[in-house]
Amino acid sequence: MNSRVFVITSGKGGVGKTTTTANLGTALAMMNKRAVLVDTDIGLRNLDVVMGLENRIVFDIVDVVNGNCKLKQALIKDKRFDGLCLLPAAQTKDKTAVTPHQMKNLTNELRQDFEFILVDCPAGIEQGFKNAIAGADAAIVVATPEVSSVRDADRIVGLLEAAGLRETKLIVNRIRAKMVKKGDMMDISDILDILSIDLLGVVPEDECIVISTNRGEPAVLGNISRAGEAYRRIARRIMGEEVPMYSLQESSNIMARFKRMLTLAR
Amino acid sequence: MLDIIARFFGKDSTGSKDVARERLRLVLIHDRSLVSPELINALKEDLIQVIQQYMDIDVESLLVNLENEDDSVALVANIPIKGLKRAVNI
Repeated sequence: MNSRVFVITSGKGGVGKTTTTANLGTALAMMNKRAVLVDTDIGLRNLDVVMGLENRIVFDIVDVVNGNCKLKQALIKDKRFDGLCLLPAAQTKDKTAVTPHQMKNLTNELRQDFEFILVDCPAGIEQGFKNAIAGADAAIVVATPEVSSVRDADRIVGLLEAAGLRETKLIVNRIRAKMVKKGDMMDISDILDILSIDLLGVVPEDECIVISTNRGEPAVLGNISRAGEAYRRIARRIMGEEVPMYSLQESSNIMARFKRMLTLAR
Repeated sequence: MLDIIARFFGKDSTGSKDVARERLRLVLIHDRSLVSPELINALKEDLIQVIQQYMDIDVESLLVNLENEDDSVALVANIPIKGLKRAVNI
């Protein structure tokens, strides 16, 4: 199978790595792709709750690399989609429970069964980061338009380069059109200028993300979330389609869109 | 006061994003240059040793720093000279 391993990383915590992994994986599965999500945040697992699969965990990634179970036994099948699976992190161990070499073997085994392998990387640049990038073909760096996040993203881009990962693309997450317009938030072009890497997508700040995380249902599943729409576009881009960037006007003029919809309905 | 009124009417010419961009630019020059304080100190020690062979310098007030001007980074050393040693004819 022609498969690709993506690591979703950021350096800084809380910028949306797990949300991004969950939504991109779900969006790919919605388009009938076989996708597996790998949580490498050992000790602080969360991808399971964001996906709403926390009650079905039996084995985890550490069990797999230690040979306590077969890979197939640890994979949790998402009932919503045929080709979507989660490999959860262990909650009671720490990052040293897995080595980069083991991660490489694990991703290679997953390649035989999945087209897209999305590895959710922990925050930081230590062992957990090194594990997460070990088997990856490409990296997706998530950053928010804040000084601290962009600074950490820059460090990560440097480390990915040093590790020999050639393809690194950026997702700018949680951008607020109103603040950008006022000149109180860095724009996409500002961030691209600073980081000088290619842009994979733009995701607007959206309250729907909180709600979808509360429910354990990724935002791409519904039609109302603007962030969900942005993630669906990114997933299509990952599949090689050319899709226009989510423009900030679309998100700021939600009332205008609503009015337009009403006039169309009449 | 005028500033507050200007802000109220949304006419604040410099939004905080310009500040953010400039601060990031500066901090990233340091981050990217990968120069730790230890390295600068080691360089300083070596510089002192070499220069002292030729000149009498004020070790206490010697400054070595990375400075950025526009788009370039420069190593700037400020080394006060107490006196020159007598020229030796070779």
